[in-house]
Amino acid sequence: MTFSSMATVLESLNSALHRALKDDPRVVLMGEDILDPYGGAFKVTRGLSSEYPDRVLSTPISEAGMVGLAAGMALRGLRPVVEIMFGDFLTLAADPLINSISKFRWMYDDQVRVPLVLRTPMGGRRGYGPTHSQSLEKLFLGVPGLRVLAPSTLGDPGRMLYWAILDQEDPVLFVENKLLYLAHLLTDQSSPDLAVRQAGSAAEAPTFVVSIYEAPEPALTIAAYGHMADLARQALERLAFEDEIFCELVVPTQLAPFRIDPVVESVRQTGRLLVCEEGGYTLGWGAEVVARCAEALGPRLKAVQRLAALDLPIPSSNVLERAVLPGLEELIQMAKKMV
Amino acid sequence: MVRMSIQTDYRILALIRRFEETVLAEFSSGAFYGTTHTCLGQEANAVGVLGQIAPGDIVVSNHRCHGHFLAYGGDPRALFAELMGKASGVCGGRGGSQHIHWRNFYSNGVLGSTIPLAVGMALAEKRLGGGAIAVAFLGDGAMGEGIVYESLNFASLWKAPILFAVENNHIAQTTPTRLALAGEIAPRFTGFGIPVLELDSSDVLEIAPTAQRLLDEIRSEPAPRALILNTERFGPHSKGDDTRPEDLLARIRSQRDPLEILGARLDPALRAVINAEVATQISSAFQQALADPDPVLNAYF
Repeated sequence: MTFSSMATVLESLNSALHRALKDDPRVVLMGEDILDPYGGAFKVTRGLSSEYPDRVLSTPISEAGMVGLAAGMALRGLRPVVEIMFGDFLTLAADPLINSISKFRWMYDDQVRVPLVLRTPMGGRRGYGPTHSQSLEKLFLGVPGLRVLAPSTLGDPGRMLYWAILDQEDPVLFVENKLLYLAHLLTDQSSPDLAVRQAGSAAEAPTFVVSIYEAPEPALTIAAYGHMADLARQALERLAFEDEIFCELVVPTQLAPFRIDPVVESVRQTGRLLVCEEGGYTLGWGAEVVARCAEALGPRLKAVQRLAALDLPIPSSNVLERAVLPGLEELIQMAKKMV
Repeated sequence: MVRMSIQTDYRILALIRRFEETVLAEFSSGAFYGTTHTCLGQEANAVGVLGQIAPGDIVVSNHRCHGHFLAYGGDPRALFAELMGKASGVCGGRGGSQHIHWRNFYSNGVLGSTIPLAVGMALAEKRLGGGAIAVAFLGDGAMGEGIVYESLNFASLWKAPILFAVENNHIAQTTPTRLALAGEIAPRFTGFGIPVLELDSSDVLEIAPTAQRLLDEIRSEPAPRALILNTERFGPHSKGDDTRPEDLLARIRSQRDPLEILGARLDPALRAVINAEVATQISSAFQQALADPDPVLNAYF
């Protein structure tokens, strides 16, 4: 599948769902308000119920129940994909996700696999307020048996989703930041100044390493995922062209189980690490990245900063929301202070 | 057709009873590790319901799963070994007493969590056309969990071929149902459009035909049914946490013992032979499990 240079993350994901339903009759899609003509709260499921009415199932408002049902379906040969309308509602499904889905394979001594995908939008900057704006994925990182994926504008998010649905056998929490939906995928044509390479061997859920094309040695490593990676990419460009500060940006798409190597390799060169996330500061993803880099690099890790949301509920007010969530200007200021 | 083999049913009742008695007795000897929940007194539910299922049907059980597992055909040695944490256990020692999977049998330890699972399995079987149906055991305690009602709604809405077998033993750990359960259990099913039959019996010969009737209905036209089995738990919730008065326990043990009720229909000599054979079988299974090797940790996450 190829996309036009103007394809959005939403189009990429929607196309992947179409292909998964087309390619395999075991795929069943469940969620709230996902039927046409509405096509889901964020339109990621648009068009699917019209083409596959028997396998696109509109559910009651029962997140725990539908995720539990999906577990049973996956254990018995289907490939369920569940849309949780807002990531905030994942708390309602935490028990089936943590105590059933993630555990079954190991707890049942490898006699079963649970191939299901839970897709959900996370993130703020839309004014949706305290219960519809959070980035709660950190609560699910480190749950044994649960793979957590987070696409960005790099690479092919739809390909990663398709792979999660059909080409692997274990449960996946697929975190889609709301602001990414209408963002365009980065291509060589759209971003001629950027050098993007994939690190490591995990081709299906890659880590991307981004730098300015033919730039001098980077002085700072920035690690970010999801929409924050898009902000960090903008920061990378502005720091280079406005301040001649050259950074390397490391963007994982698999948050758990976490592969630290590409971050460590970059920090081994730069000695400086700035970690950015939209989730809350305390005990977040960034803390784990920093800890692992410190373990791997010891005194070679010279400087560390974390940029994250304040430890507060996300306010509805635009002014307050911007004060709580980490922004592009803060990222740039923080980077400048580190080099 | 109900399989009315009194001998066979009695043998399974006795097997479950002897197994559970051994578990409780040998916990104090240190043979077992962790925790357990025995089904002493409730054996007729497992035998009465699971004696009527077809090969390929799915059974989903809860924390009190030993009787269901054994009535399903599970191996006592493998279950003993699982409770001991041995490599030969049903799940290699990873699951323990309440996290069991073998063939189409599944149990898990969070009350209510197994119900959406069972509904999803039933729907998968219906969709894939294999003809299997699901039986999900739950108790009065699980009636407090909200996910159960979400699942009943799904089951009825999407016509899942499933039997909900409710074992109401009138006590959840140490809390009597009168402190935990408002109203009645049956309307919680009929309110979702799920037909219910209710029994107050410890007699396999009463439970079996009722279960058979409901399973036949589910098979002929996929849709959920519920069977409420009022029963009595003879033993503690776990190992030694029974706070009920002795006279109450003595009364239910004398009035509601499934082995006495079914065994009274057997020739006493034959019953003694079955008892002796079961005792030998369980003792041997226990000793074999005890001698089995420990597992080795395999980490891949």
